[in-house]
Order: sequence, then C-alpha cells, then structure tokens
Amino acid sequence: MSPRPGFVLEVDRSTPATLIWHGEGFRLERLPVGSRIIYGPEPLPPLADPDQAIRDALDNPLGDSQPLRTLLFPGMRLTIAFDDISLPLPPMRAPDVRQRVIEAVLDLAADAGVDDVVLIAALALHRRMTDPELRHALGDRVFEAFAPHGLLMQHDAEDPSNLVDLGVTDHGEDVEINRRAAESDLLIYVNINLSAMDGGHKSVATGLASYKSIKHHHNVRTMLNSRSFMDRHHSELHSSNWRMGRFIAESGVKLFQIETTLNTDTFPKELAFLQKREWEWSLKDRASFLATSTVLGRTPGGLSRKIFHSVYAPHDLTSVQAGAVEPVHEATLVNLYRQQLVEVSGQTDVLTMGLPYIGPYNVNSTMNPILVACLGLGYFFNLYKGKPLVREGGVVIISHPTPWEFNPVHHPSYIDFFEQVLAETRDMFEIEAKFEESFATDPWYVHLYRTSYAYHGVHPMYMWYWCSHALAHLGRVIIVGGDRAAVRRLGFSPASTFEDALELAEDVVGRDPTITHLRVPPLLMAEVT
Amino acid sequence: MIPDELAGRHIAVTGATGFLGTALIERLLRSVPECEVVVVVRPGQNQGPAERTRREILRNDCFDRLRRELGDRFDDVIARRLTTIAGDVGKDGLALDEAGRALLGACDIVIHAAASVTFDAPLDGAVEVNLLGPSRVAEILIELSEERTSNGGGASTRPHLISVSTAYVNSGHKGDAAEELITASKFVSKIDWRAEVRAARRARADEDATSRSSERLAGFHRAARAELGAAGTALLAHKTEQLRIDWVRDRMVALGRGRSRALGWPDAYAFTKSLGENALLDIRGDLPVTIVRPSIVESALSQPRPGWIRGFRMAEPVIISYAKGLLKQFPGVPEGIVDVIPVDLVVAAIIAVAAKGPDPSGPTVYQVASGARNPLHYGQLVDLVESWFTQRPLYDHRGQPIVVPKWSFPGRGRVQGQLRRATQVLGAAEHLVNSLPLRGERAEGAARIEERRAEAERALGYVELYGAYSETEARFRMDRTVQLFESLEPADQAEFCFDPAVIDWPRYIEDVHLPSVVEHARVRTTPAGKRVMASLEERSLKAVLSDQPRCAAFDLENTLIASNVVESYAWLATRHLERVERARLVAGLLAEGPRLLRLDRRDRSDFLRAFYRRYEDAPVDQLRTDSYELFSDLLGQRAFPDAIARVRRHRALGHRTLLITGALDFVVEPLRPLFDEIVCATMGERDGKFTGELTQAPPTGEARAMLLDEFARAQGLSLADTVAYADSTSDLPMLEAAGFPVVINPEAKLAAIARRRGWFIEHWARAAGGPRRTLAIATRRPGLQTRPASWVTNSPAGEPR
Repeated sequence: MSPRPGFVLEVDRSTPATLIWHGEGFRLERLPVGSRIIYGPEPLPPLADPDQAIRDALDNPLGDSQPLRTLLFPGMRLTIAFDDISLPLPPMRAPDVRQRVIEAVLDLAADAGVDDVVLIAALALHRRMTDPELRHALGDRVFEAFAPHGLLMQHDAEDPSNLVDLGVTDHGEDVEINRRAAESDLLIYVNINLSAMDGGHKSVATGLASYKSIKHHHNVRTMLNSRSFMDRHHSELHSSNWRMGRFIAESGVKLFQIETTLNTDTFPKELAFLQKREWEWSLKDRASFLATSTVLGRTPGGLSRKIFHSVYAPHDLTSVQAGAVEPVHEATLVNLYRQQLVEVSGQTDVLTMGLPYIGPYNVNSTMNPILVACLGLGYFFNLYKGKPLVREGGVVIISHPTPWEFNPVHHPSYIDFFEQVLAETRDMFEIEAKFEESFATDPWYVHLYRTSYAYHGVHPMYMWYWCSHALAHLGRVIIVGGDRAAVRRLGFSPASTFEDALELAEDVVGRDPTITHLRVPPLLMAEVT
Repeated sequence: MIPDELAGRHIAVTGATGFLGTALIERLLRSVPECEVVVVVRPGQNQGPAERTRREILRNDCFDRLRRELGDRFDDVIARRLTTIAGDVGKDGLALDEAGRALLGACDIVIHAAASVTFDAPLDGAVEVNLLGPSRVAEILIELSEERTSNGGGASTRPHLISVSTAYVNSGHKGDAAEELITASKFVSKIDWRAEVRAARRARADEDATSRSSERLAGFHRAARAELGAAGTALLAHKTEQLRIDWVRDRMVALGRGRSRALGWPDAYAFTKSLGENALLDIRGDLPVTIVRPSIVESALSQPRPGWIRGFRMAEPVIISYAKGLLKQFPGVPEGIVDVIPVDLVVAAIIAVAAKGPDPSGPTVYQVASGARNPLHYGQLVDLVESWFTQRPLYDHRGQPIVVPKWSFPGRGRVQGQLRRATQVLGAAEHLVNSLPLRGERAEGAARIEERRAEAERALGYVELYGAYSETEARFRMDRTVQLFESLEPADQAEFCFDPAVIDWPRYIEDVHLPSVVEHARVRTTPAGKRVMASLEERSLKAVLSDQPRCAAFDLENTLIASNVVESYAWLATRHLERVERARLVAGLLAEGPRLLRLDRRDRSDFLRAFYRRYEDAPVDQLRTDSYELFSDLLGQRAFPDAIARVRRHRALGHRTLLITGALDFVVEPLRPLFDEIVCATMGERDGKFTGELTQAPPTGEARAMLLDEFARAQGLSLADTVAYADSTSDLPMLEAAGFPVVINPEAKLAAIARRRGWFIEHWARAAGGPRRTLAIATRRPGLQTRPASWVTNSPAGEPR
C-alpha cells in the first residue's frame, strides 16, 4: 500500500481529541468544531538498498560533475565535511546516513590510493560535538580510524589560522571559510536534508564559514526578506548563500555535494502513535499513549528529558543525489517535497502548534525559552511555501512549558542574552546594532565555543532574528502552559489553557476565528494557496 | 526669681553627656541666662573632652530650640558661658588637671548627674561610678575649698553639691517611701559600703583568674570553633578572647544582680546608688549636700520640646519589643504604679534646688516622682500603649501590620518560665539546624532562628531586669519637693514646672512619649516594607559593582561552582577506566566520604596535601587535556551562572579579578580567561608525571586575606577597595579583610555571622537546565585507553586517618 498523502482534517463532532506536543510531554486536546488540522504525508517507503543507492549516486553525479571515483587520485588532499548534531531530528538510529555515505566515499578513496583524508564536522557557530555524538554519526569504524590521529576535526570559526578569506561577493559579502576545506584538492560535503532549508550552497557557505561571513545573511534584514526561509526561491537567506557558494566555486574550491533525504518515520515502534492520525489509533496505540503520558507525568523533569533524548528515529533514506551543488539541491527538493508537502487552501486567523522536546539546537540539551521562540516562530511558522499559514495580523498559539532553564555549558550566552538583553529590549534592529558585536566577540564566549561545548556567543541573537518574519507578520503570540515570567520576557502572552489562549486570540482576530493546527512532528511543509 | 538667684553663679555639671545632663545644660543655658556652666567630661578614646562636648552635647537635637532662639549668637554665647574640663568620676580626684581643678574650685554649685544607668552593669563598674562617684566628687570639692581657704580665700566658700540619685534606693518595701536620708530609712539594710567596694574589686580579679584556667579557655576555644568553624588561628584566638571577656562580664553582672537582690534592691543600679548616698553622707564633712532622687526618667513633657529623649532607655526597648509582638507577656499588677517622670520636670526641680541653696540644717533629700501625687497605674499604661499600637501598628518585614499581644498581668515567675522555655526550645532548634549541612536560603532560615532566640533572650532579660520596677509597691513621697514648688513665684512655677500634677497621662503617653519612642527606634511604621529590603540589596550591589577601581576575589568551591576537589579527582580518574574499575573507584571514594569530609573540616591545607597524593604518577599531558572535558562535563554544568556573570560584570567595569582556590592548576585552567590572576595549588612534575606533592602550601585561611591584600596593592589599591566572594567560615579571614565581603550560599554558621555583621548575602543557584547527576563519573573516552592507569588503582599512601 503506498503511503497516503498529507491531509487537512476539518474537526467535527466525531473527531477525537488531537495530540498536542508540550515539550517533554503531550496531551490530547479537543479543538473547536470547524478547526483544521494539517497532517503530513505518511512516511515514504525506504530505498530498498541504501548503500547501493549511495554508490550509484556517487557514480552517476548530477550536473557537470564527474563521477566521484574519477575525482580521486593518489597524493591528493581530500576533505569530507558533514552536517553536525543539529541534523536529523531526532537523531537517527544507527547506522546514521552520514556513516553510510562517508564509508562509501572512503571506500572509493581507499581504492584510489588517497591517504590525506580529513573529516570536518561543519559546525558553523554551533557547539562542538562530543565524542559519543561523533561516534554515533560516523560509526565506530570511521571514528576509530580518524579520531585518535587528529584527522576528525570540528570546524572552528574562531581559529584565524584555520580560516581563509576568499574575498567579497558582488553584493559586498565577505566569504571566509575553513582553510583545510578551501585548500583541499576536493571537498565533499555530506548533507542530511531534513527540511527544505538545508543543503545547497548553504552547506559550505554557512557550515564551514566564520562569523565575519555568516553575519551577512544571518541578520534581521535578510530574515525579514525570507518568506519563507524554507522556500529557497523566496528566501534572501538562500540568495545570499547562493552568491557566496558560487563565489567559493569561482575561487577554485572544488566541491562534490552529496545530499540525502529521509522519510518521516520519526518515532520508534513503541511511540508510533505519535505519528499516527488519532482516529486511526489502535488499541495498542491508545495503551501506549496512556502508559507514556502516565509515566511522563510522574517522572521528574530531568529524567523525562533523558528519556526523550535517548529516542532515536527510524528515519529511512528515501533519496540520495550527488554531484554539482545546484542540480543536486533541486533534485533533493523534489524528493523532500514528495515526503513533506501538504496542500492547504487559504490562510487561517489562528495557527496553533505544540512544540516537541527537541529542536536543532538542543539535541542532548535543554530547550530554553529562546529556543522555544525560535522553534515555534522561526521553524514551525516558516514551514510554508507561498503564503504563511496564518494571515497577516493573525495569532500563533504555542503549547510548550517554556521553563526558565538553560544548559550552562551549551548555551552560556543565551543566559546572558535572555536575562540581560531581552530585559532591556526585544527590538531586533536595536539588539543587532547595540549588542550583537559585543556578544560575537566576547572573549569568554569565544573561549567556551572553542574549548568547551558552547554555541557561539552570537547564536542566541540569530535565534531571535529567526523569529523576525513571524513577529512582523503576527498580531499576537500566545504560549499555553508556559512559565509566565519567561513567556513575558519573550514578549508573548501566557495562557494557562487552550481555551484561555483562544479567548485571548479573539481579542486580536475577532470572534469565531478560523483555527488551524499544525500537527508537527512528523515534519511537513504547507503549500498554502 | 530663679534666674536672678543663679545669676553670676558658676555651676559645674558631671554626667553632661547623659540624658539628664544634656537636658540640664540646655535648660541652664536657655532659662538661666546669667549663669556660667562648667561641664566635667571624660576624655573619649579618640576625642578630647571639648570635642565630646561639641559632638555629644551641643549637636544633640536638645539644643535645636536654643540654637533657633539665639540664631547667629549661639556659638558666641556657648563659648562665653560653657567651659569644658576633663574629669572622670570613676577615678579618685576625678583625674583633674591643674586648670580643671582651678575651674571646678571656682564653682558655687556642683550638680553630680553622672551615673552608670544600665541596670545590668557589671558589679564593679557600677560600684566605681555609682557608689564611689558622689563621694569622689565630695572629696575633691572639700580638698579644693580647703586649698582655697589656706590660700586666703575665706571659709564660707564651700560649694553646694547636688547629687542626683534614684528614688529606687529606697523602694524595697510597700507603702510610703519618704524623702529621708538613706541612713535614716528603717527599710534599708545597713551595709558597710567600703567592704562592698573591696568585695566587688576582688570579685573582678577572681572571676578574671577563673576565666583564664585552662579548662575555661578550652571551653571558650570550643565555643569559638563552633561559631566560626575553621576560620584560622588568628580569628579563633580573637573570638576566644572575646568570649572570655564576655564571660567575665556576665559573671560580674550576675554577681551584681545577686548581691542586690539579696539585700533588697531591684538591681545593681539601685543598690550601688543607695550605697553611693551612704558613702557621700560619710565623706561629706561640712560640705553642703542635697540629694535629688528622680524615679524613672522618661521623655520630656514640654521642654525643650515635647517628646525629647536621648538614647534608648528603660521603658523604650520594652515598649518596642511589645509593639513588635515579641513580648507576649510582662509581669506586673494592674493597680500597681509605674513611677515615670518626664526629664524636664527633673531638670526644673534640680535648678530650683540649686537656686534655693543647701538646707542649713544639713543634707536633705528631694524626690522627683509622680506616684504619690499623680499616679500612673500599670493597667492604664498597658491599655494606652495597646490602643496606640492597635491604631498605629508597626509592620513586619513582609509589610504586614503586627498585632500587639494582650497582656494578662501574670506573675513574674510565670512569664520568666514561659520565656525561659521558649529560649531553650529555640536554642535547641538552633543547635540542631547548625549541625545540618544546610546552605543558601535554608541556612538563612536557620540564621533567623538564631535571631528569634536572641529576641526571646532579650525579652527574658527585660522581664528579669525591669519586672521589679513594674511590681514596686513603694510610693515615693515628694512633700518637700512640692513644698519647694509651691514656694516659687508664679513666673518661676511657669518656667520651671516640676509639679507632676500637671501631667495629663493619656496625653503624655499618646501624643508625647510613644511617637518619640517609635521615632527613635527606627522601626517600620509603614507597610512599604519590601521596598526597604530591596533597596538595601540594591545598595550593596551598587557598592560592589561601582565604577570605582576594585579588586574582586572569588573562592571556587560552592562560590563559583557547586563541586569540589574530590569530584574533580573522581572524574579525571574514571575517564580512562573500564566499567568495573570505575564502579570500584567510585564506591571507594563514597565509602571514604565521611573521613575525607572530617579531614577537610579539621584543616583544609592538610586535607588537600593528603588528598592530592592520589595524583602521584598521573600523566601530566593527559590530565591537562582532560581538564577541559572535566570543565565541560562536570564543573561547567555545576557552575553558578550568576557567579560567572558577576565575574564578567567586574571585568566589564574594569575591576581586577582574582581566583583563590585550593584546586589544582590544571583543573581551573579552563576558567583562566575570567581572571586576571589565579592563585591555586600546583603539583610537582617528574618525567611527565605528577609527583603527588604540592610545590607550595595551598592558599587557605589567613593566607587568602594576605593574597587579597597583595593583589590589591599590586593594582595600587587598598583592602578597602576589595570585594571578596566566599561561602564558608574558613574564608572568614578573607571576608573580614575585604572592603566589601559578599557571602554566597552560606552554611547556617556563616549566614548567622553575615547577618550579624550586615554583610551582603547572595544566593546563587546552578542553572536549572543543566543535567543532574549524583556521581562525578566521566564519560569514558572510547577507543583510546581502557586499561586502568597505575596512578588510579594504587591505593593512596600517607593519608592521615
């Protein structure tokens, strides 16, 4: 049976309660009759032989690229960059796609007699990966072959000796990237394209770049002009990355791009109900829902976090394409949309969403209030093509506990940003002008980014900028069940129940508003007509 | 007319810096314009007598009225009419110099108002001042006038000595207490005052000797240790000596109280005053002497202004404790008389006595009291106070009004019993809490128990001290005083009123006395309580984070990071171990925990020295690399974000920052960018391995205070410009030395000390979002080294048990 496409359900009297994510937990909620619920397409069937598919892709590249084996020669400098811990979500069960692809690439390199190979985690300004995380992404064999010899590196955007300034694009954008990557005979970038934002020229131009370069597109103006940043052809974020990517190629960096797409089989069997449509829940699904929510309700916060962060997604490979960046990425988008796109007709007054326990920047960590805002208003709000799901001046209702909690090792500058900067102003442009530079260059943050596992000092600002399109578009943001002080610090309205939140929303959008619930995860993308 | 009688007279006053003395000086200067005043003032520790006169007498708000009336002439008039001489009534001959002798010798009238008025003064102190004071004054006056006579000054120039005593010298019986000489009273035991003086002086020597016995000293040392913990030798020694001195004092107070009660006086004050009258009458020879005995002197009825009072006196602390709801009961009988007399009435009576001159028939007594003429009943007083505070309640620290308790006039024994039990229960609770390993806000709760215990003890003290006064059933006659008043001309009666019949008690209590008491007590009279607290913290924070140059010193364990050297070791040691070995090592450390803790509490340096032996043969390079992981995996997770933010704040303000810790250098290396200087422990190295021996003594105790001083001086600053952050009593020397001590998450002991000293206390918590774990075990670095290193598995040697 082929998987069913995405689906927009209109709630009527017989509709069962809908599962709404709420951080490290979830609950069932009855939405008002007439509300719409957007379900993504069911998981696509996996590729029958993923390893063979990968080998095929390497041998049959897209665009003007030669097959990978012909690009490899003895004595060459080969660098393999790969996506970091922020992808995929949740982390996938072993073997990770990166492991499969890199093993295939290394086999070819070995066949060709290449012995100068370096692996680089493309961190951009993200935190370094821990050894267990690297081992999980690359597999024991690769990890043990490279790590002990210092050949498994993590991109350090603050190591001047390991960066190279390639010049300036015709738009005046500085292009500064990892020196080893730039000076290799061949750079291979291994992507996991979980969402439409990932991959393309963004992989190298952002993943291996420095603050000096990244700040040209990670800023308020760019984000306001990316509608959405999930839609590469209407995204200033991507236009800027594309200019830089082409500039990098013109500078002589030879890149072989590998992109992969996964299906939306997000949760293991025991939690399968989380990705099923509620009216199709079997007795077993109901039982596991009850069991899971009862257990979660009785576990202390730290433990339920631990439980959730040890969930690995089945995530099967649905496509792999390799070769020249642009044709590869176009093919990727086709495959991605095949899995994620749902047609939705017409915008809504009120968009509701339940945020799960995980986002790109809190894998094995804490979802702090800034990350809540970013996941809801940055990522979920932007899961659209065409028009935003919610009309201009509409309301977004987010369900998440939004605790005033931070991981001190991963997010040190977030603490200061939230407690000092947001206490003073929430204005994007003011923050950018007044605070960005000092956070970006703070020696303590730089020290922690380089030697510990901290996101770069400037990162919380980026997360805040990520919300700028949504904040400019929306009339109000309401968080249900959140820590009131934290929600207010973000500038949002706290509500204790879903009903209260809808009442609050009516103050903005009027009586009897249209309501649409975004049932994510599993991930989907709405094509709004 | 009184001003005429006293015109041109030289009047000397002792005790001029006291409550009565100040009022007396002011009244003489204001209402008797033609007299000259000589004040006998004891030189202060840092100030000469003239300076004390200026600061402690003339600057008092008592003189506001005179200053207003004289305007620009005030300074001139004072300079012309007021002379200060150095003198001490506690010393024979008053320790006068030649100039002082000349000035005192030229006086016509000497008013002796100096007294030790604390009811719980040590016996010997009270004896020196209250018992011997009047006769010393008499002796010097006789000596001076004989000198003058022999110099040909004539025989009729003996000055008039007016000695201020207390009505309670003769209060140990029911019924009338007449204005008769103490020697004539049939209710007062006849005692050899000279023997009492000798006994008191001997008792002081005896108690002092007892306090120096080795058992006692060991006890004081134990108590000091219990209070301060491992605060270092110097501080403990200081505290021990303080406790010894306090003990001797307490013994002398108890002796005074016991001796007085045994002989029928309410306390040592009345007892020594009584003997003082005896001594004066014995010594006086032909010196004309008048004794004025006021009862309980309280705030002014009208002069210099209604409600004027100086210092916190007898009734005030009782009233305030009552208004704060602390004094649930106070002994007394409702129909008993509380003999209170406003200070201006006493002053007027003394001046009238001075103007009248000595009685030719010999020494006479004037009692200035209210009980016999216009009694204030105890029940009435309690009602007035209760209704006043019900209408104008004080507010507690949460800004809520305090409901005053209802007194039911129980007997003194019952009240004392209740309070004693409360004190004992709170004392036991305090002891219990102090022995618990509490920190932070809970520890501050413990400190509050200590405060409540102190309050209960104080309440008990009031009852024990003053209970006798509310139960006195003697009625102080004042026939002679009233007679004197009635003999005055109407104008004098108006200006120098001392007839207690004029007092309207409800008006005096409600409109004059209580407002004045509340104002002086600086208690919270508005509900805006929280604001006051916040601004206190804000002020401390502002002083700490000023834009002035500062040096900020931080302790590490539990000040910056909730971890310790044992955890660091456990983490580093387990990093390269297989599962079984890891479990064994951690189990071993856990089992050793109590012993290590004991060792640490006994002496930090010894503990560190012994514990660090475990690093013997550990590979230097590996540990230096691993320490960054240690920071990310353990120390960083357990760091207090507020602490890190504070260090960064200091740096942003241009302050210099210093980390002082007993942790090892490689452990704190990841923190280096936060500090201008790090003083920590360093270990010797041999062939790429650690020796397990420290290269120098770890910075602990007093060494930290000295390091702070050195660090400040290297920046061209002084200790006054330093801020010290610490969490434990072992850092007391550094906290004491710093200009701005800041106590972080203190244990109960330190919380109590900090609250007493008014130090800034902050509560810093670990980040709420970090992972929680109980054991400090490293995530093993897979695939690199799995065999246990010898430095980990070898059992430690040479650690004291």
